[in-house]
Amino acid sequence: MLQEESDLSLIIAQIVQKLKGSNLYSQLERQAWASLQRPEIKLESLKEDIKEFFKISGWEKKLQNAVYSELSVFPLPSHPAAPPEHLKEPLVYMRKAQGSWEKRILKSLNSMCTELSIPLARKRPVGEQKELLNKWNEMGTDEPDLSLFRPVYAPKDFLEVLINLRNPNYENGDSLSFRTHLGLIQIPLKVKDIPELKECFVELGLNTGQLGIDDSTQVPPELFENEHVRIGQKVLAEQDSAAAQQYIRQGSPTALRAELWALILNISSEPEDVLYYEQLKTNVIQHDLLVDSLIYKDVKLTASNDDYYFVFEDYLYQVLLCFSRDTSVLSHFAYNSASPPKSYIRGKLGLEEYAVFYPPNGVIPFHGFSMYVAPLCFLYHEPSKLYQIFREMYVRFFFRLHSISSHPSGIVSLCLLFETLLQTYLPQLFYHLREIGAQPLRISFKWMVRAFSGYLATDQLLLLWDRILGYNSLEILAVLAAAVFAFRAVNLMEVTSLAAAEAVLADLSTLKVMPLLQIFLFATVT
Amino acid sequence: MSRILVPCHVKGTVALQVGDVRTSQGRPGVLVIDVTFPSVAPFELQEITFKNYYTAFLSIRVRQHTSAHTTAKWLTCLRDYCLMPDPHSEEGAQEYVSLFKHQMLCDMARVSELRLILRQPSPLWLSFTVEELQIYQQGPKSPSMTFPKWLSHPVPCEQPALLCESLPDPSRVSSEVQQMWALTEMIRASHTSARIGRFDVDGCYDLNLLSYT
Repeated sequence: MLQEESDLSLIIAQIVQKLKGSNLYSQLERQAWASLQRPEIKLESLKEDIKEFFKISGWEKKLQNAVYSELSVFPLPSHPAAPPEHLKEPLVYMRKAQGSWEKRILKSLNSMCTELSIPLARKRPVGEQKELLNKWNEMGTDEPDLSLFRPVYAPKDFLEVLINLRNPNYENGDSLSFRTHLGLIQIPLKVKDIPELKECFVELGLNTGQLGIDDSTQVPPELFENEHVRIGQKVLAEQDSAAAQQYIRQGSPTALRAELWALILNISSEPEDVLYYEQLKTNVIQHDLLVDSLIYKDVKLTASNDDYYFVFEDYLYQVLLCFSRDTSVLSHFAYNSASPPKSYIRGKLGLEEYAVFYPPNGVIPFHGFSMYVAPLCFLYHEPSKLYQIFREMYVRFFFRLHSISSHPSGIVSLCLLFETLLQTYLPQLFYHLREIGAQPLRISFKWMVRAFSGYLATDQLLLLWDRILGYNSLEILAVLAAAVFAFRAVNLMEVTSLAAAEAVLADLSTLKVMPLLQIFLFATVT
Repeated sequence: MSRILVPCHVKGTVALQVGDVRTSQGRPGVLVIDVTFPSVAPFELQEITFKNYYTAFLSIRVRQHTSAHTTAKWLTCLRDYCLMPDPHSEEGAQEYVSLFKHQMLCDMARVSELRLILRQPSPLWLSFTVEELQIYQQGPKSPSMTFPKWLSHPVPCEQPALLCESLPDPSRVSSEVQQMWALTEMIRASHTSARIGRFDVDGCYDLNLLSYT
């Protein structure tokens, strides 16, 4: 059909345009020039010979991985008449809600700035720059006075915004009718039910081997684990992103996880990337941002207090401070419903040439933000690689957890999916919790916003994040939240208040993620 | 392919409902929009573009003049085209849609009027319609130019006059200049969308407060 052909050529043109600015393009060009020296490249069949050379030397694979990465991250080009806001978020009322939420955050940040009389950004004097450079690797030992700073917002503030989200064209009567949602989210987004989830997460089924279940001590490794590790090594040898993504749906062996994640996210540590990270480090040393204090405060409040992650405190500063200076993150706002905050150079208010984004990457951290980075510290020890992995995870997945959008992996859809699963498959529990004033979402929201980081044991968390990468979707977070409630249903039926329900679900560190998911999806009698 | 926007007049939506509008409880589930082309002769319709607003199904009827003498007939060119896969949920509710000639059930030559029949069976939505309706007709094919005679019938090569020995060979110079020109064209054409990475303005990042616009 004409339409599909023109769509395809539009997608190809877009990807080519994007890849032209990348390292890979110049590398391929250099390789092509260098290959002209080789004897097998003949002038008459230059194009085919060079293509053949790329195939053999593995460069075609790298290009394939880059194209696959672009396809996974960027949404398909939309209708030519659609404005750019439509690509960020198609529903107008959600765009408006995100806009007002952002305004609130900016007001909060501005008022913090004026109250504490601290500038948003300040160039460090040379002495201070030297000092910071010297203690770059041990910024955790610094004990600045952060008592006056408070986080800009916490997940529960964001939950209140989502609860009050309404579609103006929707029948939102006050009286209860078939139209009212019994949960907290009142937006009629399309969410999957268990049969559709079973189809989607077919590799988590009872007949398929899983790491997290079939590698436990009682199961002899010859049955599944050894073969799975062997296949994993083969996938890494082939360096194929798409194969790695398919493989990791059954979990990743601990020894191969770091490389597999890097392959799926298409991160290769070239010298240019290390140089880029060093440049960001220089930016941190030169300018001091108000956002830095927020990051310090967040790390001190969350990761430093966590039994598993406090050892990585210095790494967290090194990653998050550089993340704030990284302008390449701004490109993800093309498909994120959020927009980066804008400001002007002092004295040049309103002049577009002096308009800048603040912070340079456009992302204002909230309470718990550092927990997105903490689990990655177990896998990567080299700061520039750790940084790249985190940045890629953020612009692919984590940004959806704190912006208002109708995307199936957006936090609104995840909340609705959680509530719908609970209502449909555990109606008695849902009704009971609702009656005692303990709406289940009030408890599970914080788990989903942090992608369960800090709530599960780290090995279980990494198994969960394996599946996020494998399925390129965050829906598994909502399914796990529902599965946790299903697991503790008996205890929850006996509680009589929200506080008691919170207490039952306070400690998730002993839970095994994969059996819970498998039972909830595939072994529950519906 | 090129297309030309056809100026159209979109009449107000008419709700189709059984019974008296005032006393019945529910909202109408069928709306009809008439589109006329007052200033344009019957044309060949190429494309219809619009922004959906909670319409679930769309049918289009078109009034065609089959020949100069017979009266115009109404034909259905699109039947129950699904805009929202689940009428109760938001999927597809505010999408931009294009419908092309090849998707239509009948021939779209000599169209003089359109009637869009919108259906939304779900009672959840307060209203539904289509917005930003635009009709396009086939654009003209690229005009054929008549080439001047000297381009289409080039004269045979003349023998170049012998120049002084010290001057370089003109054909070699011209080929080298051509190569350089090709290189500059390539560089100009391959501009990338990669950012430079500077967040400050000339080394200065001293900011006002954040702006709310």
